[in-house]
Amino acid sequence: MTATTGPRVATAAPRLIYRRPELLAEDSTHYCPGCGHGVVHRLVAEVLGELGLGPRTIAVAGVGCAVFAYDYLRLDFCEAPHGRAPAVATGIRRVRPDAFVLTYQGDGDMAAIGTAEIVHAAARGELITAIFVNNGVYGMTGGQMAPTTLLGQKTTSTPGGREAALHGYPLPITEMLALLPGVAYAARGSVVDPGAIGKTKAYLRKACEVQLAGAGFAIVEVISTCPVGWGMTPRESIDWLRDAVAEVYPPGVVVDRTKTVPVAPAPAAAGSEG
Amino acid sequence: MTRRVLMNGNEAIAEAAIAAGCDAYFGYPITPQAELLEWMARRMPELGRAFVQAESELGAISMALGAAATGARVLVSSSSPGISLMAEGMSYLAGSELPLVLVNVMRGGPGLGSIQPSQSDYFQATKGHGHGDYRVPVLAPSSIAEAIELVPTAFEIAERYRTPVMVLADGIMGQAMEPVEPHFRTLPPCAPDWALTGARGRPPRVVRSLHLRAEDLEAHNRDLQAKFRAIEAAETRWAEEGLTDAEVAIVAYGTAARVARTAMARARQAGMSVGLFRPISLWPFPAAALRDLAPRLRAILVVELSAGQMVEDVRLAVEGRAPVLFHGRTGGMVPTPDEVVEALRRAFLVNQPAGEPSFDPETDPLGLICAMGGRR
Repeated sequence: MTATTGPRVATAAPRLIYRRPELLAEDSTHYCPGCGHGVVHRLVAEVLGELGLGPRTIAVAGVGCAVFAYDYLRLDFCEAPHGRAPAVATGIRRVRPDAFVLTYQGDGDMAAIGTAEIVHAAARGELITAIFVNNGVYGMTGGQMAPTTLLGQKTTSTPGGREAALHGYPLPITEMLALLPGVAYAARGSVVDPGAIGKTKAYLRKACEVQLAGAGFAIVEVISTCPVGWGMTPRESIDWLRDAVAEVYPPGVVVDRTKTVPVAPAPAAAGSEG
Repeated sequence: MTRRVLMNGNEAIAEAAIAAGCDAYFGYPITPQAELLEWMARRMPELGRAFVQAESELGAISMALGAAATGARVLVSSSSPGISLMAEGMSYLAGSELPLVLVNVMRGGPGLGSIQPSQSDYFQATKGHGHGDYRVPVLAPSSIAEAIELVPTAFEIAERYRTPVMVLADGIMGQAMEPVEPHFRTLPPCAPDWALTGARGRPPRVVRSLHLRAEDLEAHNRDLQAKFRAIEAAETRWAEEGLTDAEVAIVAYGTAARVARTAMARARQAGMSVGLFRPISLWPFPAAALRDLAPRLRAILVVELSAGQMVEDVRLAVEGRAPVLFHGRTGGMVPTPDEVVEALRRAFLVNQPAGEPSFDPETDPLGLICAMGGRR
């Protein structure tokens, strides 16, 4: 700090505490207020930027609200038919061994119509980093039940709440995939608060490093909010995410078979989400 | 003299694709095209190229979509029930304007049907497999030598117009062995300027079929339709045999054309002047050529391994300029040349002067009486 004479005024040097990652487009997103996709997009942009992967990434967008990820992430993108993102990514991976391949799917996409594709891409140990945003409903089509919907949760297709006898049980995709030896890394993050967002970023970074090291398939599930689909305010949806969703889908590392791939410490949080 | 070798159609198609520079193959086992997948399973890794046996035909066509989006030259193959599953991906490939060659070695249907040869997927192949306003060029070889010739052509059309192309064969074409001169054509590598390669030093690219604004999607559809008109103008293919003096023309493609050729020879020996009009591109259908031919003919006989599918396009093409008869067998049965000769005899009895013995095709529009003839 420089010494001052005369009246004291605030002279703190400007310090950059928040800026848009280069891989994030300047447009504001179409996502509803309180939706978690914007936070996850930002984390993806930060991690890829920090690892210098933007110029070699080919990303695959699933079907659902986040199909428009390609409008916000400045990356080469391929659309996949509903559920098929891991197969599309497999095709890309097999002919572009030098590319960094990323999929971005929601829970309707991955956990229902796309179960065969995700299971077999994982079983083959494809060198793909899969991002799985789980908000427990089909958001784009109006908040119907997804395989991940919690028991008792009301949706537009379970108006009385999800009942196990009628609708089956919530599907823990990440735990199921973690059983497969082709899966090098599986973790579940959350967008519930800044601390959880920081951890989620570390999981994403590790899941990218796993691919770079050629260790196998990596998946990061992110439990997220859908206030409109849940019939809640954004504030209520954060509470529900913390109190109800995280109980069924607890955040943390689910499996890590990469003893040789160290998790780089996440850089000091540059974000101000929260 | 070139050495001739015995190859079955599945293997010949696979080897023709490899010679044409196919970078990646994705498939799923199904009879009667399994030999094609097995051939690729051995050959592609030998050459350092991509091969994946997918979890399903949905997976295979989606893998193909991903590889094609990066500018790779991609081959996919299946048979009828598998093509139904691939219909989803074909619609996306058409909408995203991605090149691809898909081989369909047809078997009998509907449903699980049989594993015997059939041509009952003509409608599916030519009228669009999946949803949306789109067309896919369909090339139908009628010999293994012709299949070897058409595979590189299919890749050329796919890349020139950024469209999936189907090579339509059947179980006989796929599994029968024929002596061929192995002249496999090579193609220069492709490096399209739209391919996904990672956005290094350029703005990002997006391969997509989604256009939520109606105005945008209509503009996209207009572009697609303009492309389809260009394909119709430049890529219509057919072959003519013995039509110069023919009173009756057989219209047949693929395996049915092989049977028709034998029937034509027998009919000519019996004094009937018969020719063969063989569509090679089923879409675009050689309608104009057939329309021009029709007024010179006493009748047209369409022969198919189906209950009558291409015959609809023939009728649309000739617009009543000649009577159109049909003879077909279904379920994996193949018409014999003698059956076709019998159908030809009826064709010569159409529109006879009053008092002469005649045949009214209206009494048997699908030729099923012919098909069952002598068996009841």
